[in-house]
Amino acid sequence: MLRAIWLIVRKDLTVEVRSREIAYTTLFFAVACVLVFAFSLVQEGRAAEGVGPGVLWMAIMFAGNLALGRTFERERQAETLRALLLAPAPRPAVYLGKLTGIVVLLAVTEAVLVPLVALLFQARLLAHPFWLAAVVATGTIGFAAVGTVFAAMLVRARSRDVLLPVLLYPITVPVIIAGVRATLALVQPDFNASLVQFWLALLVAFDVVFVTLALWTFEPVMTD
Amino acid sequence: MNRLDFNEIAADEVSRHFGRRRAVSRVTFKAGRGTILGLLGPNGAGKSTLLAMLATLLRPSSGTIRYGQSDAAAGPSLRARIGVLGHDLFLYPELTARENLAFFAGLYGIADPAAQARDALDRAGLAARADDPVSSLSRGMRQRVALERALIHDPRLALLDEPFTGLDDASTGALVGRLHALRASGAIVILATHDLDLAEGLLDCAIFLRDGRAVETVARPDRLRTTYRAVIGR
Repeated sequence: MLRAIWLIVRKDLTVEVRSREIAYTTLFFAVACVLVFAFSLVQEGRAAEGVGPGVLWMAIMFAGNLALGRTFERERQAETLRALLLAPAPRPAVYLGKLTGIVVLLAVTEAVLVPLVALLFQARLLAHPFWLAAVVATGTIGFAAVGTVFAAMLVRARSRDVLLPVLLYPITVPVIIAGVRATLALVQPDFNASLVQFWLALLVAFDVVFVTLALWTFEPVMTD
Repeated sequence: MNRLDFNEIAADEVSRHFGRRRAVSRVTFKAGRGTILGLLGPNGAGKSTLLAMLATLLRPSSGTIRYGQSDAAAGPSLRARIGVLGHDLFLYPELTARENLAFFAGLYGIADPAAQARDALDRAGLAARADDPVSSLSRGMRQRVALERALIHDPRLALLDEPFTGLDDASTGALVGRLHALRASGAIVILATHDLDLAEGLLDCAIFLRDGRAVETVARPDRLRTTYRAVIGR
């Protein structure tokens, strides 16, 4: 199983390194999104308190949606998703491979987004880098865990580009709220570790629930 | 990796509906080892849907498909013995032919994927283009890579949808030779094709499909075109 996951992740990253399609589109879109919010919400060099974390997570959410759609569109074009499902690798391994690839791609986007948001919104995002990395990673995994199932499920639907956000955003709202609240707690001048821990624990719980449900449903969803 | 083996595939009254549309209706057949079975019929006759069900990608709406003593529930161990060449080629255009073959060899649990990919490229006559991206290969070359991908794990059951598409004369001859070799090695080959001239002399059994129904089954078919016109034009 681990071998299959590794092969799929390596393949996805090789394809992305060759085409750079998803990295460029998600980055461009996420940066454009942050800039638009900055033009609107930063007045005379000052942003309203607590805006930065919201903008960060909104950009992650939009970029994530784009990355999920493009990743599976790529698998649809030559029907390679069918080839993955035909292989004797366990279906959960296919799911985990795709999920890991998407999380890695989003991590690249986030590595640019975090300092950009910190700079434009004067948010103290980098004051506690390890806590921030944990919050962003768990939030991204939760978002992508649900998104990977939906994107795979919708791969043959004609209106997949519309349906994906319609299905994905309502279900991942708890993850986004927890991500925003945890990041807000991180940027406060009087850092409250227990509050961050609370939201982080919630994010981990969401991740466990979403990944478990996704592993459980991926096989039946993909069979027909 | 656990690899289930079987001597026969048997479809019994297999149907598949998409909403109210009946793509395949009550198709029954058996094919044993060392058999090449052809699915013949016009566009929309249900050939690809039937192949997808045999490949375990689609569940039949009714009826059963047995692989020896097992069915699709056997999962990975059964899929390890099935090779599929689809209408689409199931290849990543950004990856090279070698990378594609090595990737799928790895997924099928082959111990040395690189060596297997090298052998497959030699068989396909594409060793010189092994490190070119698949997107830069001609349609016929891609078809040859795709065929090697489908057969890279030495499947017991090979399901080939229009395998002759895009092949030149030499490649077609090589593919016919490959199919004979598969039959000799004890594989069960089921192929859907419109190329009746090529199918003639190759098939051990032909099933003529029309509107999802098997309207005629002919063992050791000859004069395929005449039979086809008579059966499909009825």
